[in-house]
Order: sequence, then C-alpha cells, then structure tokens
Amino acid sequence: MATSASYFDQLRKSRVWRSIFRSGTGASTLHRSLVIQQDVFLHLFPTKVRRRMLNIGVTWYLGTLTFGTFMILVSTGILLMLYYHPSVPQAYFDTKDLQFVVTSGLFLRNLHRWSAHAMVFLVFAHMFRVFYRGAYRPPREFNWIIGVILLLITLLLSYTGYLLPWDQLAFWAITVGSNIASAVPLVGNKVHFLLLGGNLVNANALLRFYVLHCMILPLAAIFFIAIHFWRIRKDGGLYTHPSQPPASSNISATKAVR
Amino acid sequence: MRGTMPDEKQFHQSNSRNWDRRAFFVKLGLGSLSVAAAGTAVFGYQFLSPNVLFEPSPIINAGKPESYPLDSVTLDVNSGIYLIHSHEGFFSIGAVCTHLGCLTAWKPELGIIACPCHGSKFTRNGEKIEGPAPRPLPWYRVWLSEEGDLMVDRSTTIRSMQFLRV
Repeated sequence: MATSASYFDQLRKSRVWRSIFRSGTGASTLHRSLVIQQDVFLHLFPTKVRRRMLNIGVTWYLGTLTFGTFMILVSTGILLMLYYHPSVPQAYFDTKDLQFVVTSGLFLRNLHRWSAHAMVFLVFAHMFRVFYRGAYRPPREFNWIIGVILLLITLLLSYTGYLLPWDQLAFWAITVGSNIASAVPLVGNKVHFLLLGGNLVNANALLRFYVLHCMILPLAAIFFIAIHFWRIRKDGGLYTHPSQPPASSNISATKAVR
Repeated sequence: MRGTMPDEKQFHQSNSRNWDRRAFFVKLGLGSLSVAAAGTAVFGYQFLSPNVLFEPSPIINAGKPESYPLDSVTLDVNSGIYLIHSHEGFFSIGAVCTHLGCLTAWKPELGIIACPCHGSKFTRNGEKIEGPAPRPLPWYRVWLSEEGDLMVDRSTTIRSMQFLRV
C-alpha cells in the first residue's frame, strides 16, 4: 500500500503530470480545493461539500443516478450507431441484425432501452424529490427551470428514439405523436411538416429524427446538464432544510472559493 | 453677429455630430444584425422545408368497377382510402382517422368504421358517430378514366353524398 501511494506521489511530482494538472502536490486543504477549482470538469462542482449532504437520505442520489443513466445511454448509443443506417430499406433490418447477428448487439440494445426507461423514471423521481423537499425555492428557482428543460429534452430523446427501429409500433406512435403537433393553433401544420420533412412518416422523418436523437438533443442535454451542475455550486450547494443544523466552520471557506 | 458665436455653434454642432455618428453606427450595426437574424430565420425555415417530396401520388387507380360487388366496402391499406359500392353508386372516403392519423378499419358485423387507436367510430358514409375525432372522414373525388378504371384523388375533397354512377 505504502509503496503504491509513494509511486503515485512520484508520478504527481513528475513534469508531465504537473504540466497537465497545475494544482500542485500536497494534501493540504488548499491543494485539495485547487484540484477541484482548477479542473475544467470538476470546477462545476463545489470545492467543499458537507459530509452530511453525502448521506443517501438527503438526495437519494437521484440526480447522480439520472446522469449515470445518461452516460450509459451516450456510450451504448454511440456503439449502436456503428451498425445502424437511418434509411427506410435498412433501418428495420439493422435493428434485427443488432439483436441476432452483431456480437453483444442484443445486450447493447437492451441496455440502451432499459436505461432510457430508467432515465425517464429517475428524472421524474428527482423532480418530485426536489419539489417535496422545497429545494426549488430561491435562490434555486433558475436551476428548477433548467431542470424542466432537461425533463423536456429527456422526453424528446425518448420520443425521437422510438421511431428508429422503424417497425409498426414506431411508425404509428410517431404518426399519432406528430399529429398532436398539428393541433397547435395556426402553425400546427407547418410544425408537423417541418418535424417530419414531409406530410407522412417517411424517409425524411426517419433521418430528421435520427439527427435529432443522435446529435441535436444529446448536445442540448450536455449543455444544460453542465449549467445544472454549475448552478448547484453557484446557488450555495445542495439544499439544506431549515430544521437541519447550519453549516459548520467551513462555510466561509466554501464562500471564499465559490 | 459676434465673433465667438460661430465657433461656439460649430463646437456644439461638431460635438453633437460626433455623438450622432456613434449613435448612427450603433443603430446601423444593430439594424444590420437584426436583418441578418431575420434572414437567417427565413433561410432556416426554407432550408428545413423540403422542395421535393418523394411521397406517393395522391391519385389512385382503383381498378375496374366490376371488381367491387354491390354493397361492399374495400379498404386500400397502402393509400388509406375506402372504396364503397353502395346502392346510390360508387364513392371513396379517407380511411385515416381525423383524430391523430391512425388507419381505421371497416367492421362489417357492426356496419361501422372504427379506429383502433382511440375508439372513434364513423358510419359507412364517413359521418362521426362517437369518439375523439373532430371531423367526419373526408369524401374524395372519384371518376372513371378513359380506360374505364375507377380513379380517386386523395388531394381533392368533395361534399359528401356525391355518388359516381357507372
């Protein structure tokens, strides 16, 4: 143990490591804060978190679990894209090939499908948890709005992904769903036409939904997830109920590096 | 006319002209950006609307009238129409539900057209009996081609109860 730790210390002192991670070595509170603060990804998060807030009872980890399912969906989705052609003659057979021909294809497709169901469930659970704890109240009201946008993106991702297997269920579900868009006053038919790229669920619709599902909506989700995480820090960390004891001595340190 | 007046006036004018110039350029810049943004919106809308659609023709050749026995209702799944040979004559109505676009089905035992998705029901003439459908099923123009085939134009709706006698 001691030797591996010392090897790691040696590595952290090396020039290459120091050129990548500029926060420096050492185990002081300052250095540990700098590790978080000076990392492009970690700086979204607070440098200090109260130990009590890490208890599962506080948040049930619902937001983190949602993000976990999202990461599973991105990784399995990229792999599925390697065998799927978004064209009318091929889409259905590619889906079947993924199930019966491609090695681990069935596992990846099912993992993608179940993670999608789990993500929708977890997003709603997270929303109810935040709502009933009252964690949406000022100064966190803007992050609630971001959360609502992320809920809509999640549902749109589910909806656009539903067409891609190109079977009867997909075709009729998108026929019905896109006709709901036609009910919008004045511009409904235009929206319907632009969404499908035509009047019918056809080759254009398949391609548009594919681009939305694999490019536009995931990028939008990543963009808003980044803001969502960053706002947790800017709004003073995870929500504490007033009946719970206030933060201990490290509140000033938290403010200083916020 | 005092000697200082023109200078003062000139100074004031040049000063205000400078300010006007800056305001003018700010307005010009914002105006150009607005025009560019509007142009981008128009371009985006036109780009997203396909100019050529590879969709089936709205005109359907339904074959010889003799192939439709009297008092029959025939559903063409591919084109989404019913061709009905009634005692009054031939007519064609849309088979796509006016609610959310599902394909309806003729129920001969009940003598009605029913939608499997949300339970809308129509008579054989397309009139709504019940269900969420907002409108009756549309009647399409039917005519005989020169070869004597029944033709249906799905893009032309007509008033109901107009029959084609053959």
